[in-house]
Amino acid sequence: MKVKFRAIGASATAHGRRRTGLLAIGALLALGAAACGTSTGKAGTSSTGGSFKPAAQTGGTLTVWVDSTRLAAAQLYQKQNPAVKMDIVTYDGDANGSNYLQTKVSLFNRTGSGWPDVVFSAENNEAAWAVPVGFTAPLNKGLIPQATLDGWATNANAPCTVDGTVYCLRNDLSQTVLWYNDKLMKQWGCQIPTTWEQYQALGQKVATEHPGYLVGVAGDTFAPEIYMWASKCGANQITGTKTVTVDTTSADCTKMAALLDTLIQNKTVSTSSVFSSDFDKNDADKILMMPGPSWYGGALFQSTFKTPAGQIGVAPMPQWSGDPSPSVGNVGGGTWLLSAHSKNLKAATDFLTWATTSDDYQGKLAPGYPAYAPAAKTWLAAQSASGYYADDITAPLTAAADQVWPGWGYGQFSQEAIWAATVSPGVTAGKTISSLLPAWHDSIVNYAKADGYQVASK
Amino acid sequence: MSTPTATTGRTTARRGTLRALWPGRAGHGFVAAYVVLLIAFGVVPTCYAVYFAFTDGNARFTGLSNFSRAASDFRFVPAVEHVALYLVFWLAALVVLVVGLSLLLHRLSARGVSKALRFLYYIPGALAGAAGVLVWLFVLDPSVSPVSFLLRAMGFDTFGQVVAPGHLPILFALIAFWTGAGGWIVVMHGALNNIPHEVIEAARIDGAGAWQTARRIQIPMLRKWIVYMMILAFAGGTQLFVEPQLLAQASVGVAGRDYSLNQLSYDFAFQNNDVNTAAAISVELLLVGLVVAALFVARSGFFDAD
Repeated sequence: MKVKFRAIGASATAHGRRRTGLLAIGALLALGAAACGTSTGKAGTSSTGGSFKPAAQTGGTLTVWVDSTRLAAAQLYQKQNPAVKMDIVTYDGDANGSNYLQTKVSLFNRTGSGWPDVVFSAENNEAAWAVPVGFTAPLNKGLIPQATLDGWATNANAPCTVDGTVYCLRNDLSQTVLWYNDKLMKQWGCQIPTTWEQYQALGQKVATEHPGYLVGVAGDTFAPEIYMWASKCGANQITGTKTVTVDTTSADCTKMAALLDTLIQNKTVSTSSVFSSDFDKNDADKILMMPGPSWYGGALFQSTFKTPAGQIGVAPMPQWSGDPSPSVGNVGGGTWLLSAHSKNLKAATDFLTWATTSDDYQGKLAPGYPAYAPAAKTWLAAQSASGYYADDITAPLTAAADQVWPGWGYGQFSQEAIWAATVSPGVTAGKTISSLLPAWHDSIVNYAKADGYQVASK
Repeated sequence: MSTPTATTGRTTARRGTLRALWPGRAGHGFVAAYVVLLIAFGVVPTCYAVYFAFTDGNARFTGLSNFSRAASDFRFVPAVEHVALYLVFWLAALVVLVVGLSLLLHRLSARGVSKALRFLYYIPGALAGAAGVLVWLFVLDPSVSPVSFLLRAMGFDTFGQVVAPGHLPILFALIAFWTGAGGWIVVMHGALNNIPHEVIEAARIDGAGAWQTARRIQIPMLRKWIVYMMILAFAGGTQLFVEPQLLAQASVGVAGRDYSLNQLSYDFAFQNNDVNTAAAISVELLLVGLVVAALFVARSGFFDAD
């Protein structure tokens, strides 16, 4: 960042002039040295993942990268399989657009070594970059039997699939549902809204009768994935490996933007992030309803907000009235990647299969809704048995798992990052989402083009 | 590192001959280790970057096409504007406040407070850049900040409001000043100590007060140090990276992503897999730094004898 300097105790001697000269030269050299700190390495060595040639299978230690949440999976596997020599590394899970994994893989590709055998990523668009740089191994070409792959929920592995080849396995689904506070709903005599129109009406009622309470939160980077995706807004239609159609001004987008603007204005939809310290402090106990992904229950209500048991319930996501095909959004849902460079494909595949399908981890331990359907059954049973939720969560979550709108794709550019940088500051400054839709469109187009996408926009 | 003055088995006579043949050998010995590091981590990477900047992924010479690709990127012009605005705030704050505080410190030197203050100023500089920025992420969040009353008095209730796009140049300048100025104050203080006592005394006898001494004697005699500081601070400022990068992570991308030229270079290298365009940006930064340094040197008579 900054050029470090050494304090030089100058003294007025005959060498003054010469020293100053040397100093200046030194400064210029240091400057030159510092100016290129970001560019070392060999020229791009990318190869396509089309033809997979495994590395020499010499075995050895199985290197696994996981985030802190998935650490439990790796540790449990090690405990159950003490014979496997594992090196478990925790990293940030590539979450929130940190790009850690991509940065590291790009460096490993340059040095030709260092790749982990199996990686968990909290992002579900990793295949978009990992396949072109040849990092991921194709899984449905002999490594994992098709019968196993068929166990995943409908479209769950869509983000991992490029031209019919599966390059990663989905860890959990993050289908959106409507979370609500059953106790408050009953106390105030409110009906759970089934349409967005009813949802907005209830928001307006809450604003006048119970000011301070919330019916939703739109301050997170993933707000477009909760609201815009569920509303079938075509802002992110990935139509091919490198083609995208961007349309942010269709009725599906503007209706949802107007709904959010109304409720943001009457303060029943918060513009803080659910993970921000001020939300936890001021708003966490004032949630009447909140559309959000399946992991809100465990990660947010139970562990972060510490909402008491027996209050939180799950209902299906509201739909626009008259829409015959219900649709929900999706917020993340991590993926497991298998390195194409692994020298230990057998052990790596075994671990990968176990981590994504086993009842011991996915069914009983995992915090999120398992993408592998048989494990999801166990998981739902365990959640119901825990007695935390006010009513049955199985039916709405299972239904929503198959309703994720497929028109929103998984591109290389991060829709979350684009929304965060383009729409969030505007909303914080008091602008309406409706007025920011054109800027959102332009920003998506720019980032898509920067990643080499051909953009068709409306 | 071994210095030539270390006791060895040599005879005094041989040492005498060596001294006569190579009079600056002690100095050269001291500087040798630095030169090695400079070549390994400064000169070689610089040449490597220049090589990348003019070639493509297959190592073919491409002229200026990497430069034009960088310049035509939609993030380039905003990044230049961001960095320019940041530099204005950061350099102005640096020159005015560092010189002012050093003069103040120098004036206090007789009273013993100076030592404590010098230490105090230097503490933030002792924190590595990233750690320093992390401290600020807490300071700037009204719900956890120790100075939240100040933030609220200014009308900011949430972190999002504090890091609104318009505030960023000032925030980054503030953070950079906090982490970087202490070291410069110590340097300036050292430079002030080097002004011959007779000169100051003569000024006092002629009736100059504190203000006049500072304006007519001390600041003119500090000029070369100020120029030196400007050259390095300018180069450091154009390479703005850690502050916006960490802020982008802390605000989950609301503020600071793709903010500076160095971040853009980083994005090209690691997100778009385009090291050559990344290198082109870093070569541009090098050129700008060199040209500005040359201007400062030429305009200020940096190499003139006193």
